[in-house]
Amino acid sequence: MEKQESGPSIVSSRRRFLTHGFCYGLGLAALWGLGLSLSDWVGPSAQSARPKGSTGPFDWSVSSAPKAVAVVTGTDRAACCAAAIAALGGMKTFIAPGDRVFLKVNAAFASPPSLGATTHPQLVETVVRLCREAGAAEILVSDNPISDPASCFRLTGIAEAARRSGARVGVPETRRFEPVTLPGGRYLHEWPSWTEPFRRADKVINLAPVKHHHRAGASMICKNWYGLLGGPRNLFHQHVHDVIGELAALFRPTLAILDGITAMVTNGPTGGSLADLKDTRTLVVSPDPVAADALGAHVLNMDPEKLPYLSRAEKAGAGTLNLGSLTVHRLSV
Amino acid sequence: MRIHHARRLSQVFFLALFVFLCAVTRMGTRWTDVRGWPVNWFLQLDPLTGLGTALSTGTVFAGLLWGVATLSLTMLLGRFFCGWVCPFGTVHHALGWMRFRTRSFSEKSEANAFHSAQSIKFYCLFVFLGMASGPLFFLQRWSAWDSAAKTLGLLAAVGWLVATWASGEEPLRRKGSHRIEGTLTAAVVFLLGLALGRFPAAVGSVQTGLLDPIPFIQRSLNQIVFPAFGIFQPEGLAGNRWTQGAWLLGLFFIAAVGLNAVKPRFYCRYACPAGALMHLVGRRPVWRMVRITERCTDCKRCETVCDAACRPSTNLLPGECTLCGNCLVVCPERAITYTAATVPEAKPSPQPAVHVSRRRALAVLGAGLAAVPLIRLEGTTGRRFPPSVVRPPGALPEPEFLRRCIKCGQCLRICPTNVIQPALWEAGIEGLWTPVLDFRAGTSGCQYRCVACSRVCPTAAIRRLTLDEKHGTGDFADRGPVRIGAAFVDRSRCLPWAFGKPCIVCEENCPVSPKAIQTVEALEKWPGPPLHVRSRQGDRLMVDGFRPPQNAPPLESLYLAENLHDSSRLRPIRDWGDGWIAVGPDSTEGEQTDGAGSGGNGAAFLAVKLKRPVVDHTRCVGCGICEHECPVRGVPAVRVSAENESRHPERSIIVGKI
Repeated sequence: MEKQESGPSIVSSRRRFLTHGFCYGLGLAALWGLGLSLSDWVGPSAQSARPKGSTGPFDWSVSSAPKAVAVVTGTDRAACCAAAIAALGGMKTFIAPGDRVFLKVNAAFASPPSLGATTHPQLVETVVRLCREAGAAEILVSDNPISDPASCFRLTGIAEAARRSGARVGVPETRRFEPVTLPGGRYLHEWPSWTEPFRRADKVINLAPVKHHHRAGASMICKNWYGLLGGPRNLFHQHVHDVIGELAALFRPTLAILDGITAMVTNGPTGGSLADLKDTRTLVVSPDPVAADALGAHVLNMDPEKLPYLSRAEKAGAGTLNLGSLTVHRLSV
Repeated sequence: MRIHHARRLSQVFFLALFVFLCAVTRMGTRWTDVRGWPVNWFLQLDPLTGLGTALSTGTVFAGLLWGVATLSLTMLLGRFFCGWVCPFGTVHHALGWMRFRTRSFSEKSEANAFHSAQSIKFYCLFVFLGMASGPLFFLQRWSAWDSAAKTLGLLAAVGWLVATWASGEEPLRRKGSHRIEGTLTAAVVFLLGLALGRFPAAVGSVQTGLLDPIPFIQRSLNQIVFPAFGIFQPEGLAGNRWTQGAWLLGLFFIAAVGLNAVKPRFYCRYACPAGALMHLVGRRPVWRMVRITERCTDCKRCETVCDAACRPSTNLLPGECTLCGNCLVVCPERAITYTAATVPEAKPSPQPAVHVSRRRALAVLGAGLAAVPLIRLEGTTGRRFPPSVVRPPGALPEPEFLRRCIKCGQCLRICPTNVIQPALWEAGIEGLWTPVLDFRAGTSGCQYRCVACSRVCPTAAIRRLTLDEKHGTGDFADRGPVRIGAAFVDRSRCLPWAFGKPCIVCEENCPVSPKAIQTVEALEKWPGPPLHVRSRQGDRLMVDGFRPPQNAPPLESLYLAENLHDSSRLRPIRDWGDGWIAVGPDSTEGEQTDGAGSGGNGAAFLAVKLKRPVVDHTRCVGCGICEHECPVRGVPAVRVSAENESRHPERSIIVGKI
């Protein structure tokens, strides 16, 4: 509000009165207009500030994908992976030209690839190239690791592998996490998650190593979804099997690539010594994450029935433990 | 009756009303208790409360609209609030008058002469406004038309407050360049806000309450003055009310009132940010004090009585004038008048007396804007949250809480148990004097069936709760209770856990049903040498060298045992004395054939049966009644910390829906 305090020296008092009335009236109107428009008679409520986020399940599976699983024996990850995917009909079965692909790697720890605690960079590179060849427009590699994210991507070699093969690495930022909900879920309810990589993805490929895990028994494809969760997810270890079951129900990948070329058989999931690794020479690829994990359990000499989360995932419809219902391609490279 | 008599009556009336409203801010049903009294009315009248929270939250909560009424009148009449209403102003006025009433003419006019330091209060105002304005730059505030319009309105209001200052006082020919510099500074401040607004948890802090006169005097009276004299206290709290950091509150209060010895109304003239706000809004009021130059004989008597140091004998500064009316009264020539008419004034002085240049105001605003993220870098609103800061039930998540809390202390005052204390530094520097719960203070923990603090909070920093919402019953059954923290049993200090003493006071006092503190039973060996039973006379066992241990648990929880894992071999102890223990039958007495029983050959020992507390965090609401009642008084054996508080889901220690 600006007022003409010292106008021309000769002003008629009427004009002065009107100008004044107008100016002060305007000021009061502005004051009350602002005050009334801002007024809040109820006050904040408990939920007002929090976004509800998105509700799953998030399904990126391809309906035309074969009901099959490819198990390749060999030592060269690139060759094994290429052979397995060829056996399943080639990457074009899963990735359409122009697709945006999210590779959910396991980059949980800041340890070198030789220790087998994380997805091997060679595998990342191979899958990125296969996606590119199938026409993927954009490939994002990401995870919300346990250790410092940037260090994890760097030390695991995943960042370098992604850069070499033309994919982008998405380093998670807590403030950009959004809540996700599994309908009917007991644990995954408005849970802050690293949603950015998959929210804009058309296809999602889960790339995980086969590892022993003290709390869950084994850490493979289904356990790898933990890495999309934010918040105090460490609370979930109290009910780890239920939570992994819910995760498998919430996230349905296009393809699961399980790396058991060298499996971590003791001191999982971190390992830390070459003595924890075993030359198991197996790579499993399947559109069915539960079936892939069942085969992965065999790599660890575990009975898949003894991993409660797998039967929970199966019950939720995430896949099958009954390998008899699938075509199993066994190859050797 | 002349004008200053009316003014004094008004001041006395409002001061008395204020004290009365402070006094009745206590739970109860008598007319001298809170009932329906508008106990927040002065806080609401204070326009700085409304403006500060409006900037930081984009809303004006309920009664804070009274501040708009104050500003409206100020726009028309001038700073009537300072001279006629403000209770803190009245205190200063009276003290200043007492101090200077016997001084000589020249001493008085010197004390009441205008001083350029009177512009300091504007720096206070602008730094507080800057600290509160961060949220204006949130993207979501601008994403919808209506909220964008409101935000624009607020931004315009701040802009207008800044723009009331002239851009510079240099010769006219340089005016253009000043305008450009001013615009550039505004742009820089705006961009700064925009850049900082990207991190929503890191901006927006209402610190007006530090110096705002109404919160200032309200907390000073309620937390220092009244408790010290034990007056106006709720039943049972007189002489039993504690205030954390009372010394600092006292220091501020004594400094503020004591400085009247230096200059009358020292605080009002130099420090008061609310006065600065009303100066800006009321610097060109319709009605104002005007000196009629033809009548004035330059006797300067008005200067000796001018409470606000607003220069009545020369170019009277309407923005500084608090309408005390003293000049009207003392002028023998009636040369000063309060009028809406234009009166030819003396030629304008070479430069405005109270002057903060537009650029400087903007720079101070920008400094305030940047100060909050600087403070928040400490991380106390995020991962580095201080676990000892337990806020009252209904407190908003910390960043939002700090955008509303004006440190008025109404919640501390209304709390029937005195468990709410003013924070010192534990909640971070910006949390000074905000409410935190100290379960060792007061008469109890946070009462389970009480929502008083949430109902009294004038800015909804503690949002309004019903008992149903607090308990998670009725319409709120699916949300669960409002938790303010979680209790943890310290097993190294707990009497049954660490010392073999039956206790469970915490379990008994837990107000939640079913109880959040449950007990597990345990049987433990009581320390001492093995006991050799020599013989038995009826129920009485003769034990060599036995003396009842001092500090032993009570007999009803003691047993004579041979084997902790065989409960059938436990005999309750009925009585004891030097050399003997009288026992009750063990559970297998009927079929027992061995006459000597447990006294036969093996060594026996004293065992104590204990119930030990464990906390179920799905039920614990963090009320801290257990901590208050715990017999371990120094560092209690059960303590509440801010984990699991429902206002911060990321601090949860409960997994899954319950």
